[in-house]
Amino acid sequence: MADFLQIENGQALPLAAVPTIGLARFARLIRDFTQSGGAIVQFFAHQEQARPNCHRLYAVTRGSGLFALATEVDGDFPSLTLAAGAKFAMFEREIAEQYGIKPTGHPWLKPLRRHDRDYEYFTVKGEGVHEVGVGPVHAGIIEPGHFRFQCAGEEVLHLEIRLGYQHRGLERLFTTAPRGRLPIIAESIAGDTAIGHSLCFCQAIEAMAGIEVDAAASSARVIALELERLANHVGDLGALSGDVAFAPPAAYFGRIRGEFLNLLLLMSGNRFGKSLVRPGGVGQALGPMQFDAILEKIAELRPQLKQVCDLLFTAHTVTARFERAGLVNREIAERLGLVGPCARASGLEYDAREFFPSECYATLPGNVLGLTQGDVLSRALVRRDEIFHSLNLVETLAQAAADCQAAADWRACSPAPEHLVVTVNEGWRGEISHCLITDAAGRIARYKIKDPSFHNWMGLAMALRGQGISDFPLCNKSFNLSYCGFDL
Amino acid sequence: MLKIIGTRLNQGMRTTPWPKKPVTLAASYRGLPRLNDQCDAAIIGQCAEQCPQQAIDAAAKTIDLGRCVFCGDCAGDFVRFTNDFRLGCAARSDLITAGDLPDLASRAKEQWRKLFGRSLQIRQVSAGGCNACEADTNVLGTPFFDLSRFGIDFVASPRHADALHVTGPISKNMKSALLDTYAAMPEPKAVIAAGCCAISGGPFYGSEEIIGDLNSLIPVDLYIPGCPPHPMSTLHALVTFFKGRAER
Repeated sequence: MADFLQIENGQALPLAAVPTIGLARFARLIRDFTQSGGAIVQFFAHQEQARPNCHRLYAVTRGSGLFALATEVDGDFPSLTLAAGAKFAMFEREIAEQYGIKPTGHPWLKPLRRHDRDYEYFTVKGEGVHEVGVGPVHAGIIEPGHFRFQCAGEEVLHLEIRLGYQHRGLERLFTTAPRGRLPIIAESIAGDTAIGHSLCFCQAIEAMAGIEVDAAASSARVIALELERLANHVGDLGALSGDVAFAPPAAYFGRIRGEFLNLLLLMSGNRFGKSLVRPGGVGQALGPMQFDAILEKIAELRPQLKQVCDLLFTAHTVTARFERAGLVNREIAERLGLVGPCARASGLEYDAREFFPSECYATLPGNVLGLTQGDVLSRALVRRDEIFHSLNLVETLAQAAADCQAAADWRACSPAPEHLVVTVNEGWRGEISHCLITDAAGRIARYKIKDPSFHNWMGLAMALRGQGISDFPLCNKSFNLSYCGFDL
Repeated sequence: MLKIIGTRLNQGMRTTPWPKKPVTLAASYRGLPRLNDQCDAAIIGQCAEQCPQQAIDAAAKTIDLGRCVFCGDCAGDFVRFTNDFRLGCAARSDLITAGDLPDLASRAKEQWRKLFGRSLQIRQVSAGGCNACEADTNVLGTPFFDLSRFGIDFVASPRHADALHVTGPISKNMKSALLDTYAAMPEPKAVIAAGCCAISGGPFYGSEEIIGDLNSLIPVDLYIPGCPPHPMSTLHALVTFFKGRAER
């Protein structure tokens, strides 16, 4: 552990402070760390303009703290997926695709987001085995992605998920777009996580430029992040109910989700909270008009949510479908590096709000996990528990909220040159992390975005093994992952 | 069973009275902007320069709702955002405005109103973007908006569709799937560009990975601005354009 540099969430540090060690030692240390329960927050490459033949690989890992380590490679490098396990698989495919350097020995090296190269699907052969392809255009109003099932009769033997249809070139756009547009882009990484991603972005800019956020604005940001969680978790319970054809809760949850979106609209002028979070604080003044309305609405919605949750979770026809569907046990969840409610439903206790608290989370109580057996029922119950926990957090904060002013114009700020910052927040899907590296002039030289879905898509694929294919919509909804957050 | 009935009684009837009665959105909602042409030129210039989407033309004193993300950065003496959600337009040029949009009902083709006025089936294609547009289109199916009471439904197959509703800046990776979907629809077919991404590329303009303008691929009949469009904007645009209802 001595080789790693322990870093704080949202702390800018000079690039030179990140220990850069030889590749063999780097691989060994990272392998040992992750095999003893450590997880990966970021693993990416960066090519400095001055040294076009050299790629620096940065790893940010988490255990009891956050740790950073770097190495340099001048071409292909031995795969960590091969040496240390599946949690590296997506990260290494990303590095290979973005920079053309290959992790040699990677067992599943395929294009990640690009569609201009060959892609070979894994196929199962044998009597009675058949293939089902779905997407990219789906039956409902959903983002695009392609799902390829290998089935024996109704049973799914293997599911392969191909994404990249939503690829917009975001990481590059962060280095080329005018500064004023960056918060808008950050809010559009994943619109349903506009608050989560813009928090990560703004905290990175604030750390780099030494911008302070006052306590009132910080508290308002947390209220917004929790409202985002509430809207999405409530919507997910409704969708799960709809997927087992129990219509009443689907309708009620769907309507209640809208009430939370309307609270975000009240705070920001936008139902997804766009333009609410800005470097330096919040985009507009907030006061009793907003906070009192939030308190009033929560008092109204809490008993309604209790009643509809009761309706959903006491219906035997519902629990019969939820129970033991889409099982991901703790061992697999740990091995794949799952995060967020899906991971907690499998018994992994990580919640970034408690482990690496940003804003005012350190002063707030954590959540207690209920059922964690890794099935659809657990994923639904974790959401239910988080809904009532979030209601308490929002209520606590809104009761104590002080007026806050709109943040000053940040566009003229000067980020520290040749620095690196890692920001981590617990979005409603799990751990979101951004990493910003500046060049000698303080411009953004590399912007790395990681949505929790980057970890979790593989979890969905594993959840389908041995399931009836007709349970796919239910399992899929119990994860509810982001296509655009993955595709960037 | 008793629990279901009890919850039903408790939850009550929640559908919006629109269009029988007008609906007023929260004052904080940023809808149709009104521009003040008497405003000081220096302020107008500053608004144009600071607009992250380069949506403001200082000389013409107009704002392009096809580019605008309604972020409110320019709100002040020159631009005042109202809570008017009626933003749908039938022509791209109509979106470049000082705050008065043409009457949408009068722009609909007579033939379409005859064909689709009582029943409109829409196929949605998400082509890039951030999923906010999709999410706020999906809610039209919730009891509050209840789109199907107008005879409008989103359908699973392009073969069953009268209109194509496109969101997102059309990533290069979605171009062929989008064109295939369009080709699979029977004639006549209407095309709806929803959200600033589908209209102009939105926050992603300038990226090499997107097309950024639906109209450059297939002819667009109805534009619904917003980032994302408020569900009421979509509801209003669909009902007004295809059914020719009086605006409210």
